[in-house]
Amino acid sequence: MTLALSAKDIAKKIEKKYPGCVAESAAESLLVKGQSLLEVAGYLKDTPGLDFDYLTAVSGVDYLDFFEVVYHLTSIEHNHSLVLKTRCYDRDNPALPSVVGLWRTADFQEREIYDLLGIGFTGHPNLKRIALWEGFEGHPLRKDFL
Amino acid sequence: MTTTKEIGINTEPFVVNFGPAHPSTHGVFRMRVTLDGEVIVDMEPVFGYLHRGIEKLAEERTYTQVIPLTDRLDYLASMSNNLAYCLAVEKLAGITVPERAEYLRVIIAELQRVASHLCAVGFFLNDCGAFMTPVLYMLRERERILDFFDMVCGQRLTYNYMRVGGVSQDVPDEFIPAVKKFVKEMPGWLDEYECLLKENEILLARSKGVGILPKDLAINIGASGPVLRASGVKWDVRKADPYSVYDRFEFDVPVGAAGDCYDRYRMRVEEMRQSLRILRQAIKDLPGGEVRSDVPHLIRPPVGEAYGHVEGPRGELGFYLVSDGSIAPYRFHVRAPTFINLTALADMMRGWKIADAIIIFGSIDICMGEVDR
Repeated sequence: MTLALSAKDIAKKIEKKYPGCVAESAAESLLVKGQSLLEVAGYLKDTPGLDFDYLTAVSGVDYLDFFEVVYHLTSIEHNHSLVLKTRCYDRDNPALPSVVGLWRTADFQEREIYDLLGIGFTGHPNLKRIALWEGFEGHPLRKDFL
Repeated sequence: MTTTKEIGINTEPFVVNFGPAHPSTHGVFRMRVTLDGEVIVDMEPVFGYLHRGIEKLAEERTYTQVIPLTDRLDYLASMSNNLAYCLAVEKLAGITVPERAEYLRVIIAELQRVASHLCAVGFFLNDCGAFMTPVLYMLRERERILDFFDMVCGQRLTYNYMRVGGVSQDVPDEFIPAVKKFVKEMPGWLDEYECLLKENEILLARSKGVGILPKDLAINIGASGPVLRASGVKWDVRKADPYSVYDRFEFDVPVGAAGDCYDRYRMRVEEMRQSLRILRQAIKDLPGGEVRSDVPHLIRPPVGEAYGHVEGPRGELGFYLVSDGSIAPYRFHVRAPTFINLTALADMMRGWKIADAIIIFGSIDICMGEVDR
């Protein structure tokens, strides 16, 4: 059984290393500030004992007040998992750092989120629409699209 | 491969569009291939031609009404999609499933895996140049599985059979004896294919060592299913994070070593044998009783989120659901395995000839309904 690691314990570890990065830690998920996403993601990937080498899924959710991007992380070596989240409050020009440099899984998935939700990922090598055509107006998965 | 530069001929890079409608692309998919002579320098996949906005459509439907939409994702393995979605909703709403339904789900999902792998293997051999002969044999066996599905739900492609809390109806009396007969006969058919194909010189020459995906890269790009296991990573959601009643069955997870097209083909054949092994055990232990728990017509899961995943025939199929307490999902996101497996396609193709591109593409076995959603 994949062990879901306690986000609270990991939040404590991260706070020690990078103070002020963690915005909130619920029982199952860890919410980090957008600007420190890359540091925390890098820490989770490279710290021995955590070794989150496998990014299972990247999902974007529009909560109207903010956008939330959810990273489901798994470690193949230790068979444990963690849900990492980050938020973006700017509705007109939402932007978050891209994690493609750490996990290339994010390549198409970030493009998909950019296409359907309109969140820009800074540092993405090829950020363009993936499902819809260039020139399509709006981002259909936003709650105010229809 | 030697490039034209190395043999002293100066040529310009040349861009070829494979698709969107091309017999080798298994659907509406386009590969923008940059060539140096015959050698692939770069490849950019272009897709979205089949985008139907299923994620948006799901937000407007009740939890039960979403099940037919999941059929239309990976239409070669609709039962696995149904199962993954129902597992996610059950996790979200805390619904338990009766024992008999769990076993039926396993039987159906494993039959689906065999059917899907038969298609994958058949069309892969088709891509290798064994035009239509192997695929006809594979489709003959797949046809029998489709007949079973016809028995249980009256459909042959988009089944809509699983329900939140179980399955839509119990199987008819003739179903179990028919599956028993199939499970008994199928290994013989597999042996027959194997003796024709396993050591086939043309197949070996075309696929061995071609389109290698190294282990580290396979993990980093998030590959799953036979593509990941062919690269030597022993990762199967059925073993790593057992869902339904998979922890009760004995089966092996085949692992490759080279990560080439041949290994990916071998994985699928081996997995079919393991699926038959699971089927034998599941049929033997199939309990009686209810096939569906008492679930209200309109499901209102509590506010929250859940990620349900299964090992589909093409890899880890996951559904991320967010509930706001209403009768429709607030967000419905599909972690589509072939969509993510495509990430590494360019890396696998670079340096190989244009004729190999078709085989490499065929070996990752994509389904455009799932890639584009």
